[in-house]
Amino acid sequence: MSGFLNSSIGRKFTMALSALFLMLFILQHFAINILSVFSPDSFNEISHFMGTNPLVQFALQPVLLFGVIYHFVMGFILEIKNRNARTVKYYKNNGAANSTWMSRNMIWSGGFILVFLVIHFIDFWFPEINTKFIQGDMSGLLADGEGYRYYEELTHKFVPVWRVALYCVGFVFLSLHLLHGFNSAFQSVGANNKYIKGLKGFGKAYAILIPLGFIFIALFHHFNH
Amino acid sequence: MNLTLKIWRQQGPQDKGKMVDYKVSDISEHMSFLEMMDVLNEQLINKGDEPVAFDHDCREGICGMCSMYINGEAHGPDRGVTTCQLHMRMFKDGDTITIEPFRAKAFPVIKDLVVDRSSFDRIQHAGGFISVNTSGNTQDANAILIDKHDADTAMDAATCIGCGACVASCKNSSAMLFVGAKVSQYALLPQGQVEAVDRVKNMVAQMDLEGFGNCTNTGACEVECPKGISLENIARMNREFLSANIKS
Ligand code: HEM
Ligand code: SF4
Ligand code: FES
Repeated sequence: MSGFLNSSIGRKFTMALSALFLMLFILQHFAINILSVFSPDSFNEISHFMGTNPLVQFALQPVLLFGVIYHFVMGFILEIKNRNARTVKYYKNNGAANSTWMSRNMIWSGGFILVFLVIHFIDFWFPEINTKFIQGDMSGLLADGEGYRYYEELTHKFVPVWRVALYCVGFVFLSLHLLHGFNSAFQSVGANNKYIKGLKGFGKAYAILIPLGFIFIALFHHFNH
Repeated sequence: MNLTLKIWRQQGPQDKGKMVDYKVSDISEHMSFLEMMDVLNEQLINKGDEPVAFDHDCREGICGMCSMYINGEAHGPDRGVTTCQLHMRMFKDGDTITIEPFRAKAFPVIKDLVVDRSSFDRIQHAGGFISVNTSGNTQDANAILIDKHDADTAMDAATCIGCGACVASCKNSSAMLFVGAKVSQYALLPQGQVEAVDRVKNMVAQMDLEGFGNCTNTGACEVECPKGISLENIARMNREFLSANIKS
């Protein structure tokens, strides 16, 4: 199996598996976040459940972290290898004649997503870990004890214009990444048949609507608080 | 028509090489691109200069020898053709045309526009064959029934002429369309089953060893391939490779 994992196709395969996993995760993340628009109470409850459930915290979360890290580390490794496979560049290359901009710039869209993720972690994940595991406050309550803190913390974050703008740009890059990535991942795992061809339209819709939905949530809280 | 050509000139494998400008005049739009190159070379020879070295053999789109990266595309701007089938009517009077060798670490330049594609041969040797006893007792081919759809798909894959346009066009210099086609042409037929596991493993291993890049599914290869080899062949190779690794 180690031969498989170190081969070009094996790397491609695991890259696609991590990407498929991330796309499932983002769908789940969106489903929870959109609740903050319609029902702050349910948002609070499910956030508390996700943040304190041992299965989510100690089984799913490490898998997610591994998935993200594997994906971008392998992304960079493949990019370097691929650049090295052509030592002398073309004097003139017309890439637009045969491929989309998105497909040729996965490293740039992905790179920007990584920058976004670092800021996103500083914004939400680190404070969460600090409150729960360093200060040991697992109650999920506001400092005054009046109800859950999650909705308050979320809306508070979307007050500064710079952060809202950064989130919007981050999701535009996610959309560009997925416009190529969604279908690419299926091709990578060898799924290219009449059923998968039917999935193409769905892939485009996913790549546009999910990031657009996240942008909507950020703007909604910015203008309502 | 009158044209300006910017051509990559390189004395030999060790030479650094550079782009050099040439002018050609009275080119007929009915000429093929290689005939235009012949006009240029006659002009150079008459002046006592070194002609531009380029590969060609059949000049009818079968052998896959003619390479050339023309105006930023393998085999130039037309679709479904090799350079020898590219007509000058694709260009306009006064155009400047850039002509470069196919570029990939696994395709080193030998001279000017000629590159060494023997890495493809080594991939073929690693598994692109079936072992048949040809002692005179060979079974009649028609004795084995083959699904028409499978036979057609295998034949489509087998039309690959090993030209290397897929590698040249790919931003990653990946050879997966070529190898995908060569794996598929056997994977779809009963005769290919006996050696299926070793074939795909050995061919992929050789491909990686030669220094080709990793496919990222941009699809540039499929667009530039003169024989219309489909990306489905890469997906099939990925499946074959996975199942071969599970089996042994
Ligand atoms: C953390 C920063 C990220 C970086 C640096 C990054 C980088 C890359 C690169 C370079 C590729 C192309 C590699 C290849 O096709 O072999 C790629 C593919 C892909 N990425 Fe990302 N990415 C990131 C985040 C994400 C996220 C958050 C998602 C999903 C929600 C995602 C989904 C995909 C998909 C679906 C593919 C296509 C996989 C395939 O073709 O097999 N990426 N990524
Ligand atoms: S797959 Fe197409 S482009 Fe690649 S070597 Fe075969 S014929 Fe040429
Ligand atoms: S010279 Fe044979 S394919 Fe062009």
